[in-house]
Amino acid sequence: MTAPVPAPGAPYAYAQQYTSPIPVQNTTLAHALKSEWTKIRTVRSTVWTLSVMLAVVIGIGMLVTLAMTHSDYVGAPLLSGGLFGLMLGQLAVITLGVLVVTSEYSTGMIRTTFTACPSRSRVLTAKAIVFFGLSFVTTTAACGITALINSAALSDQKVPSSAYEDSVMRDSIEAGKVVAHGGQWLGATVGAGLFVALLGLLSLAIGTLLRHSAGAITAMMGVVLLPLILALFMFAESMHSLRDFLIKYSALNGLASMYRIPMDGGTSTGWPGLGLLAIITAIALGGAYAVLAKRDV
Amino acid sequence: MIELQGLTKRYGDKTAVDHLTFTVRPGVVTGFLGPNGAGKSTTMRMMLDLDNPTAGDVRIDGKHYRDLNEPFKYIGALLDAKAIHGGRTAYNHLLCLAQSNRIPATRVAEVLETVGLSSVAQKRSKGFSLGMGQRLGIAGALLGDPEILMFDEPVNGLDPEGIHWIRNLMKDLAAQGRTVFVSSHLMSEMALTAEHLVVIGQGRLLADTSMADFIAMNSRSYVRVRTPDPERLRDALAAAQITPVVTGDGSFEIEGGDPARIGELAAKHQLTLHELSPQRASLEEAFMQLTADSVEYHAGGHLAGDPAGAVPVTDGAAPQWGAGWSGGKDSTPSTGKES
Repeated sequence: MTAPVPAPGAPYAYAQQYTSPIPVQNTTLAHALKSEWTKIRTVRSTVWTLSVMLAVVIGIGMLVTLAMTHSDYVGAPLLSGGLFGLMLGQLAVITLGVLVVTSEYSTGMIRTTFTACPSRSRVLTAKAIVFFGLSFVTTTAACGITALINSAALSDQKVPSSAYEDSVMRDSIEAGKVVAHGGQWLGATVGAGLFVALLGLLSLAIGTLLRHSAGAITAMMGVVLLPLILALFMFAESMHSLRDFLIKYSALNGLASMYRIPMDGGTSTGWPGLGLLAIITAIALGGAYAVLAKRDV
Repeated sequence: MIELQGLTKRYGDKTAVDHLTFTVRPGVVTGFLGPNGAGKSTTMRMMLDLDNPTAGDVRIDGKHYRDLNEPFKYIGALLDAKAIHGGRTAYNHLLCLAQSNRIPATRVAEVLETVGLSSVAQKRSKGFSLGMGQRLGIAGALLGDPEILMFDEPVNGLDPEGIHWIRNLMKDLAAQGRTVFVSSHLMSEMALTAEHLVVIGQGRLLADTSMADFIAMNSRSYVRVRTPDPERLRDALAAAQITPVVTGDGSFEIEGGDPARIGELAAKHQLTLHELSPQRASLEEAFMQLTADSVEYHAGGHLAGDPAGAVPVTDGAAPQWGAGWSGGKDSTPSTGKES
């Protein structure tokens, strides 16, 4: 690859070579970030997927809250109603994460992109940062609004004395009232936002590896939904340990834990699950960098 | 200036580009010619570091493409008119490209004006015709006001007005001292724009020559004669020491013949002539002969008016050029008669 290039064989008269009045300067990641921000905000799929996410998370959150205000005591942590909308809303973020990369492959734009910026790792880094930032901010905003609605509508529940022994409610009852302490607020807003944005980033990495929209979206849906669906049908005694494993480490359980309602009945806070997801995402992104560097576009 | 040194690309057993070595020089339009599947696009993708060469090297002004810090200020490329996200407006498409190369946003409006797309700047490129897509791709190539421009099949699918525009644009760009490298599978198109020619077939270099030399060697003229009495005409010509070539449809072709002299000869022998016409072999035919061995996909049968079938094969034309270019094989078989 680095063989020396000999002087061109035939001599020829140099025409007055063109020099552009635009000066050449060094470009940095900042320019790639600017470019990727322009890209992500100027296509409809971004606007659509994020609008759908906001509408689903806040809309379903409100419906769940409405349904729960009719009963005196809900029996769930104050902010947990936000989970249901987010379970659907995260699918929109996953789709966007995949499309950020695969739409460039399906349209052929990727060749133009890599011609404009031959450093492929810089392009991927810029895409990852821009997408992660945008999806984290919007998801956290949606979760925050939902949490405020839940908190406003459900905080004056009467807690029956039997509920005091409920392990799910252990941290949520104070002086006979359902409350959410700081850790729960953090989990239901920033924690949930980080979790979904990380899932989106994992989707972006999978999209880079597979280069195919439908394939990558299907793969991500499988990752998110399949462990729980499989576990549902593991009735046999001998499979119970596998079932419990699948439930414990499913992405949906990770998200549920952020709302303090883990599906395995434990008291997980969701942050260990987030750490695990971060490690998986880092590995997938590492793979994406490696493949991108040596693959033909 | 672009320098290729032993550039090779293999996909499994198949060699798409085979040890290409040539230099693209500034100040002229260099045509990159070859039949479909000859490896033109693969070569161009390797020039831009989109595909990794199996062997060999490409340098843009002495550097690898990936080492160019702001590549658009060195080289602008139109690879594929549809290498554009259709959901983005023309303006935003160019804006994101400009930003990644630190080109001021004002330049976007300038290049849109240059290619005549100002009025549709805020339209999504999804609705663009092929010609508008080509123009947008060219606008992208011009963004950084680069010294080198590379166009892959720029006239494909364009209307005559668009073709005319691109021809003049390429000539203007070269006249400003830029390096212009343009691929095509149409010899006739190259004859109008290119000053220098690089011809490849099945990934191998077939010719690297100036257009003037190519034309001088290949613009052969001959006289076509048609008669109901071919035997007597042949004798008459032989008496005058003229060796005609008999073509498939029974007419005679006389290399470098003078129509007046042949007409007089026929009159002297009281021969009836149905046709006596001076002909000029087109560059397209010369190109087809050159690449005949390396065309990847041949059409099965022959159509009645197969233009290649009318090309007379004379001994004189074969060694004149192409002898050293096709790897020892006879580069001028009687095209159109081989299957």
